Amino acid sequence: MCGIVGLFLKTEDLHPRLGDLLTDMLITLTDRGPDSAGIAIYGDVDGGLKMTVQSDTPAQTFAGLQDALETALGQKVEVRVIDTHAVLSLPAGSGAAAQAFMADRGIRVMGTGECMEIFKEVGLPRDVAARFGLRQMAGSHGIGHTRMATESAVTTLGAHPFSTGDDQCLVHNGSLSNHNAMRRVLTAKGFAPKTQNDTEVAACYISSRLAEGASLGAALEGTLQDLDGFFTFVVGTKTGFGVVRDPVACKPAVMAETEDYVAFGSEYRALATLPGIETARVWEPEPATVYFWER
Amino acid sequence: MQTIDMATTPLRDLNAKLQAQAGQTNQTQWEIANPKGAHAIAVGLDAPIEVTVKGSTGYYCAGMNKLATVKVTGSAGPGVAENMMSGTVVIEGDASQYAGATGQGGLLVIKGNASSRCGISMKGIDIVVFGNIGHMSAFMAQSGNLVVLGNAGEALGDSLYEARLFVRGSVKSLGADCIEKEMRPEHIAILQDLLDRSGAPAKPQEFRRYGSARTLYNFHVDNAAAY
Repeated sequence: MCGIVGLFLKTEDLHPRLGDLLTDMLITLTDRGPDSAGIAIYGDVDGGLKMTVQSDTPAQTFAGLQDALETALGQKVEVRVIDTHAVLSLPAGSGAAAQAFMADRGIRVMGTGECMEIFKEVGLPRDVAARFGLRQMAGSHGIGHTRMATESAVTTLGAHPFSTGDDQCLVHNGSLSNHNAMRRVLTAKGFAPKTQNDTEVAACYISSRLAEGASLGAALEGTLQDLDGFFTFVVGTKTGFGVVRDPVACKPAVMAETEDYVAFGSEYRALATLPGIETARVWEPEPATVYFWER
Repeated sequence: MQTIDMATTPLRDLNAKLQAQAGQTNQTQWEIANPKGAHAIAVGLDAPIEVTVKGSTGYYCAGMNKLATVKVTGSAGPGVAENMMSGTVVIEGDASQYAGATGQGGLLVIKGNASSRCGISMKGIDIVVFGNIGHMSAFMAQSGNLVVLGNAGEALGDSLYEARLFVRGSVKSLGADCIEKEMRPEHIAILQDLLDRSGAPAKPQEFRRYGSARTLYNFHVDNAAAY
């Protein structure tokens, strides 16, 4: 199964409540997938680069990380440790050097971008949300996922969302059947997935299309041509939010729109607690149809 | 009128209470508040009671219904009225995929749109949809009537048996072995009855009828190479 939630805010008034609203939505869908949970949240842009990293041994790994990274980069950095994750605030343009630093030390990079932070772990949504303090997080949009694993192991790296490009993330309900062939194509293009997970292949596919100059809408259209299998995808970019379902559309999806937000849920009950849902336009996204919003 | 508030009453208690109503109950009117998309609301009913769900429901609302009338004032999630035996289910809003699947009897009325696989494997249920239906509707439908005031999606009636399909609008495509058929007086009469009972704002003469070409019923030796 798996459960997906997404919230794209149109009004700034709701920004401080983004984490709180998304957390409730995600916990409601716990019984669609209790294996692991994750969230990508798009917060303020401060001109620098954010890098979210993860370690199974955070106490040792993150101790002294700031000093070592500052020495390596020759510039000031900030390190905010949150449970097994740490969000690093880096100077713009230092992404490649920081990636190399993390690779040397075997620290997992969950995602990078100007405004995206990403948190995911094995466990129930309620517990994962509490560990990372998701309720307190503010932002303009975010997507979350609660996983029932089918195509790869129940691990932190197998959890969603997957981020394979700056400020890009993707969550998936379903299973892809041509991911091994597509993995080879993407690897040849320089967008090699890091895990054996099928969803990461879809994320890499979209990142590759965006890197080639496609719009978010065109990249999502491309999934209908090039990916085979069952999918409902929800994707986030720095300024956008998109949804696409495969032509068979057996993975459920409900959307709601008001003047204040666009919301996505695998089921209506995930949306039932949103403010103003009683008068929202609620609909089921059509099969093989791309929906996206950009600010 | 009995009111059950799902904000304070667990789902199992709600269903147990409704299922406990005997054929001769005096408590025939029930209202369910705060459904908030919960699954399996008002399933397995077996008494001529009238249940109104005030809001939207999740998976499998009114499944296996017998005798009861279940109304949903909002929209219904996947599998509404699945395997219904008799009675009436009315959805004021939209219905998600496989509405009325495998239904053996009774009447399902959807006043909005129904999505994919509406009436899949229906076995005698009557379904009236005021709006559109999605792809693969009435797949392997065996008997009963599916009435659509709007349009039908791709592959309508694929591998159909003896169910009758009536569509007023366009049909994106017909599935394997589904063909348009002549609308005879007996079909007009069946359709008129269903439109009257469901309160649908349409005339039977506006519809086209589709049904099985019956070419998949028996093995054809010409097709042997395909296996």
